[in-house]
Amino acid sequence: MTSTIENQRAPFPIAFYRSAVGKKWAMAVTGLAIILFTIAHMIGNWKIFFPDVDGIPEIDLYAEALRGLLFPLLPEHVVLWIMRTGLIVVFLLHIHAAYSLTIMNRRARQDDYAGPRQYIAANYASRTMRWSGTIFLAFLLFHLADLTWGFQPMAPEVWERGEVYANFVATFSRAPVALLYVVAMAALALHLYHGAWSMFQSLGVNHPRFNLWRKGFALGLAVLVFVGNSIMPISVLFGWVG
Amino acid sequence: MQLDAKVPEGAIDEKWENHKFDVRLVNPNNKRKFKIIIVGTGLAGASAAATLGELGYNVEAFTFHDTARRAHSIAAQGGINAAKNYHNDGDSVFRLFYDTVKGGDYRSREANVYRLADASLAIIDQATAQGVPFAREYGGLLDNRSFGGAQVSRTFYSRGQTGQQLLLGAYSALMRQVEAGTVKVHTRAEMLDIVVKDGRAVGIVVRDLVTGEVTSHSAHAVVLATGGYSNVYYLSTNAMACNVTAIWRAHRKGAAFANPCYTQIHPTCIPASDEFQSKLTLMSESLRNDGRIWVPKNADDKRPPNQIPPEDRDYYLERIYPAFGNLVPRDVASRASKRMVDAGKGVGPLENGVYLDFATSIEREGKQTIEERYGNLFEMYNRITDENPYEVPMRIYPAPHYTMGGLWVDYNLMTTIPGLYAIGEANFSDHGANRLGASALMQGLADGYFVLPYTIGDYLADYLNTEPVPTDDPAFSEVRSEVDERVKGYLATHGSRSVDWFHKELGKIMLDQCGMSRSEAGLQKALSDIPALYEEFKSDVKVLGSDDSLNQSLERAARVEDFFELAQAMCVDALNREESCGGHFREEYQTEEGEALRDDENFTNVSAWEWSGDPANPTLNVEPLDFEYVKLTTRSYK
Amino acid sequence: MNITLQVWRQDGPGVTGGFKTYQVTDVSPEMSFLEMLDLLNERLTNQGEEPVAFDHDCREGICGTCGVMINGQAHGPQLGTATCQLHMRKFQDGATIVVEPWRATGFPILRDLVVDRSAFDRIMEAGGYITVDTGSAPDANLIPVPKPVADTAFDAAACIGCGACVAACPNGAANLFTAAKVSHLNLLPQGQAERWTRTERMVEIMEEFFGSCTNHGECEKACPKSISIDFIAMMNADYVKAKFKNRRLLAQRG
Repeated sequence: MTSTIENQRAPFPIAFYRSAVGKKWAMAVTGLAIILFTIAHMIGNWKIFFPDVDGIPEIDLYAEALRGLLFPLLPEHVVLWIMRTGLIVVFLLHIHAAYSLTIMNRRARQDDYAGPRQYIAANYASRTMRWSGTIFLAFLLFHLADLTWGFQPMAPEVWERGEVYANFVATFSRAPVALLYVVAMAALALHLYHGAWSMFQSLGVNHPRFNLWRKGFALGLAVLVFVGNSIMPISVLFGWVG
Repeated sequence: MQLDAKVPEGAIDEKWENHKFDVRLVNPNNKRKFKIIIVGTGLAGASAAATLGELGYNVEAFTFHDTARRAHSIAAQGGINAAKNYHNDGDSVFRLFYDTVKGGDYRSREANVYRLADASLAIIDQATAQGVPFAREYGGLLDNRSFGGAQVSRTFYSRGQTGQQLLLGAYSALMRQVEAGTVKVHTRAEMLDIVVKDGRAVGIVVRDLVTGEVTSHSAHAVVLATGGYSNVYYLSTNAMACNVTAIWRAHRKGAAFANPCYTQIHPTCIPASDEFQSKLTLMSESLRNDGRIWVPKNADDKRPPNQIPPEDRDYYLERIYPAFGNLVPRDVASRASKRMVDAGKGVGPLENGVYLDFATSIEREGKQTIEERYGNLFEMYNRITDENPYEVPMRIYPAPHYTMGGLWVDYNLMTTIPGLYAIGEANFSDHGANRLGASALMQGLADGYFVLPYTIGDYLADYLNTEPVPTDDPAFSEVRSEVDERVKGYLATHGSRSVDWFHKELGKIMLDQCGMSRSEAGLQKALSDIPALYEEFKSDVKVLGSDDSLNQSLERAARVEDFFELAQAMCVDALNREESCGGHFREEYQTEEGEALRDDENFTNVSAWEWSGDPANPTLNVEPLDFEYVKLTTRSYK
Repeated sequence: MNITLQVWRQDGPGVTGGFKTYQVTDVSPEMSFLEMLDLLNERLTNQGEEPVAFDHDCREGICGTCGVMINGQAHGPQLGTATCQLHMRKFQDGATIVVEPWRATGFPILRDLVVDRSAFDRIMEAGGYITVDTGSAPDANLIPVPKPVADTAFDAAACIGCGACVAACPNGAANLFTAAKVSHLNLLPQGQAERWTRTERMVEIMEEFFGSCTNHGECEKACPKSISIDFIAMMNADYVKAKFKNRRLLAQRG
């Protein structure tokens, strides 16, 4: 909620981000980055289904390779941290934009309808974005504590840095944790089902020939992310892996 | 009262040019010193306010709507005429002028009509430049369609929403001036009276519809662009809030009211379905381009329309008027329908309509073409009647729609009160006794964009470096307290009947006695019934609530009271005009075939009525009409 | 038909309101929704109770004056229909109908079902026009406009400014209204000169009054003219482009 004149004084990116349309654009771009990361992360993790290489789980090798990306061209871990920093910035922007838009929207309807609403187009996914997002964010912290940082009691007792496969199996052998992951993936899928479609609108990607595909794409992505990720804790839980 | 039309000298095509050269101008730097009040923000009001703002005048615009874009101009569907001759079918400014004078049954002022036809060219240019999305052909150029009363294709249109698009164009120009600071728009502000001092219009008194506050506004000149008064009939195609108050109050303050009995009944409306009906919905006249109008030959034929074979149908317009067929002017088409329904051949559950059938066109052009042309109208019809016009013929019946009468204005559009102007439907000037389709939009915009902005300077030039009369002047406070008293009076009556009840009763009298056809006996009866009902209104109207908040019944009470007085003037005028012309059809004056019979010898003139204090006894002033360029003939569309 | 109406009554701006229940008997299915309210008001007046204030005018779905929430839907259950064109035949006999005013901070309630939509005028003032002084226009056929472009511009221009989009939007956003206005002019060749300033200014003024678009699509369904949210995407794209444009090189192609 800033006036045009104030906007013109601010440097370009700030002026742009100040507007709600700009924030939505930022959410779409950061959302897209998160989608790409999610897919890459998922495909990388599918290495748990691969056989060991020389007695070492392939996923452990993969993790080691990520840490050593572009080494020795650059010092070890540098590329990984650049990526991590980028991700953190992307997440923070996405969350900040979502938070301030929510505040703006609350202000735009201080008195809500007294009678019940009947929605026609708005679906469960679109109306629960802030909840699915928040649930996923909470899960994300748990997930980092569990498998990245190894904080107890989130992480399994046997957690050890670098032992990706073993940590993986250990954590999902705990049924409640496996279930939590599946629920979180459902929240993410729900978030993506609206978000991935919404992204096209916010970016203004609109063409009569492809418009029909946008919702299909969002549905496909949501299903892929849900199934592709949930299969991992389920496989451990049911003993198909480990 | 001296009526001086101030028609300039010269040949008809030179008058306006000469006049523009002769009128005094206001220097661009001086324009901002002049304050102009414009009441109404429809096509005429918005276009005038925007243009005067562009010129640099200090404009205040008033509308009783919540925004300037709601005026009833928005509901005009069919299109706007312009003599562009883009289709090379022999159209010209002179032909449009000629058609308009003839369509008006030779009761309009030649010079004004010629100027209107001439301005039509610039209107299309202006509107297109504003971004009005007129229909286009595949080559990207503008498309035209034909319309009733014309044998050329000169009507520009935006699907069935031409009025909306033109009004939004004028409204956008107005909004630009609001941003530029030259125009201030007062919304939900209803003008309840004008203020005259030393014989000049110096301002208006306005009631804020939200707070109820009554305020004075003064200016160097006042322009009324407040539309027509068809709602005197209660059931009409006009929007619910359309009323006569602004021009009637001006009339009471000394502005002559011209030809109040000239009302137009539109032939293609959806028939009323029951007594609760609040208004009638018009279907664009353009439908007559492709629809064929018929009734069963036999009044007792109660078969559904699709089961009536062609030989049992009477395509009466095509039969009686072979040259124009379904495209005869509105008054002719309306009366023909009335004759059919009166003869018992009406169709529909209440037997109050005639069929408008698209089967032939759908067969010839394909459903898709018809859908492209009229899709939104068909949808609207379906929504209201629950019938599908692609399969079942539409039912239509005439309804009051437009009023050609209005405040008398001279060539400069100034009323008989110096400094008070009337533009658009609020004045009487261009349509004579009958308006041709697609000419209302043209007139509103011509007045607002291209006529008033030139002519108003001539009046203002005299008042350079004078201040508007201050609003604490006794002239203002007197009117303000009158208005206050009137408003409080309705609340204090504590009667037993609602405002709407009185309005409906008045409407019934008017529709029966002063509607599509009038007779001496009927008009006399109306002139005794209306005052009686009016007296009842004054003593028995029930308005609840208070005057210091939004009170819609209170708003309506004031409007209905003015309708009571206007209705009497209409009947007096209809009684006085002992001839039939255009929309005014006196049963005593008709040919053997039932067509209108004019009396050119005695009535080639304008009746301009002057307020006398008694609504049933106004003073008659006559402006003779001279026809130099159009020969008076009996209108024949056969 | 007999109807139970729960109508929002509120005496003025900023005061507390509440639902009041009325039984409306002998409603004809041929009535429009507003005629049913007329009937209620006539009866209320006769009983000595102040009639319900509601905005309305043309009653043929074009002026955009009317509009109320009917059973939680803007303009009621029939798609692509303004309140004035909704007929009682769309309701069941014996139904309970909840009627509420539009609710949005940008649309303060004035009384009962009447709201103040003047924020829309503010958006229009910010750039909802093409700058062309009266008399300065070239011949109308000088600039051909491809028919599909003119048609799309018209689809956007069909907006009646009723505010149903804002009312229906869970965020109280006016993006559909603004997008319709922006797109109408931005699509046409005549609107190009001011395209980028128009988009920027109208969007930013809009955001001073209303919420933000989160692409629910509820507005499109509530719109009595069924204006597509594709126009919102168009406006978003133009807004981003507007921020990048080098205004001094605007006349360059491509």
